[in-house]
Amino acid sequence: MKRRYLIDRSSRGVLLICATVSVAVLLAIAVFILKESWPAFRQIGLLDFLLGTEWKPVPVGEESPEYGILAMIVGTVLVTAGALIFAIPLGIGCAILLADAAPQRIRQILRPAVELLVGIPSVVYGLVGLVLIVPVIRQIGGPGLSLAAGVIVLAAMILPTIISISEDSIRAVPKAYREGALALGATNWQTTWRVVLPAARSGIAASIVLGMGRAVGEAMAMVMVIGMATAMPNSPLDPARPMAPGIALETNYASGVHLSALFAIGVVLFLFIVILNSIAILVFKRGARA
Amino acid sequence: MPRISAKHTQRLALAGIWGTGIVTVIILLVIIGYVLVKGVSDVSWSFLSTAPRGGLSGLGGISTVMVCTVYLIGLTMAILVPLGVGAAIYLSEYAPDNRMTRFIRYGTEVLAGVPSIVFGLFGFALFVTALHFRFSILSGALTLACLLLPTLIRTSEEALRAVPRSHREAALALGATRWQTVWRVLLPAALPGIVTGIILCIGRAMGETACLFVTMGGTTALPTSLFSGGRTLSMHLLALVMDTNAFGKALATGVVLVVAIIVINAMTNWLSQRFRARMTGGA
Repeated sequence: MKRRYLIDRSSRGVLLICATVSVAVLLAIAVFILKESWPAFRQIGLLDFLLGTEWKPVPVGEESPEYGILAMIVGTVLVTAGALIFAIPLGIGCAILLADAAPQRIRQILRPAVELLVGIPSVVYGLVGLVLIVPVIRQIGGPGLSLAAGVIVLAAMILPTIISISEDSIRAVPKAYREGALALGATNWQTTWRVVLPAARSGIAASIVLGMGRAVGEAMAMVMVIGMATAMPNSPLDPARPMAPGIALETNYASGVHLSALFAIGVVLFLFIVILNSIAILVFKRGARA
Repeated sequence: MPRISAKHTQRLALAGIWGTGIVTVIILLVIIGYVLVKGVSDVSWSFLSTAPRGGLSGLGGISTVMVCTVYLIGLTMAILVPLGVGAAIYLSEYAPDNRMTRFIRYGTEVLAGVPSIVFGLFGFALFVTALHFRFSILSGALTLACLLLPTLIRTSEEALRAVPRSHREAALALGATRWQTVWRVLLPAALPGIVTGIILCIGRAMGETACLFVTMGGTTALPTSLFSGGRTLSMHLLALVMDTNAFGKALATGVVLVVAIIVINAMTNWLSQRFRARMTGGA
């Protein structure tokens, strides 16, 4: 056989191997996280782990260690929900502005700025939050490092993601839709609200899901501003410890059951994201039928 | 309640939308402006060229940290680029529409949603502990490559798909094998698009902290081999904030990071514009 045919044959195989690497990584992640978390689940018990309110992996004196992560789950839910409440209206409003309402010139300045912000490292957001927002919250009450600070920093972090993907999907709506609505006598706003936005729905949903995923998984910016207290937060001014930063904070020095428990939090975090994504997809499918 | 006329609704809605726009602009200006204005006074040649000396006031500069960041990104790209571009070529040019392909696509999509810290746990368990790479640049680079893989596959595949069909047909009609078509025709044509994806990954690598925090240790010493630990600029910023009270130095490190991201963004914009022009026959 000619050499070039040999190369052609073998290249296909090599490329297929490259393509399977990402699946292999995903499976390896699942295997390793589950394997490492197994001792924790066995020793602590699933319910005590998920519903326990005390996280004391390194107890003082005679006490026995406690590995309950309910406060971390609550912290993750609260900080993510809070960030979404601010970021969704702002993000979608801004996306409509950029795609539909703003003059070309404003768009030419704003769009690159938004894209730049998507790429700014999360530690920079955390730093700005720590020097600017935390002192303001301390004036209102509490220690400053708090759920509220986490919410504001996260909202600012996911805002650019929501804007840029929503804008793309609003722009992708065929021109004929808009022209049809306008020809029927709808105002510009009626056209946007009743025709363009519903048509762009799936892209907007994707932007929210992506922003939510980023919020749930963010670790280091949260370590900087949210206070990392292990107690259950009672008000927005209290510190909290969501799951992702909870893992990051202790992995480097943990060992034994403690380390295994951190992997177990990783399992919960991963399932959390899968469930959130599925819910988001379901909700939007139902919205589509209505 | 009296019905509000369509005109009034429109006016209200527009006001609302402009309001969100203005709030967003203010947020953006505050974040970038604050870092640049407050931090730039601490950026000097000696800050860039001396090693960090630690201590509560965060003495020294960031020279070794910058070197380590460059090493890490170089190594990560050396692992990532062949795998990612190879996978993209397979998915866009070879993959038949079957279960296997759908499984690969689904897996890649799910991988893209896995949080950085979970990659970190994985890297910690596999590279740091099981394979005995310890806290090292190698562990960090391998973990980071896993994390960036879905991004590079997606951007490279888009670039390959943007190459017009006629290119492929012309090459095959001339008797080229599939691989020759890929290597001599498609890759050169898609190169700017692929490079854009690679630069995008470099930008993300600069910003990642969580997955590196648990795989690279964080020593400030100059790395001497693949197995020495280290810290990137983002990790250094974090360490300055958490372990010292040198907020000035942290902001200065932030300036270096933001400027790097601005440069990276400008490069990707320029490249992708050229790529689009070329693919649509404009240049």
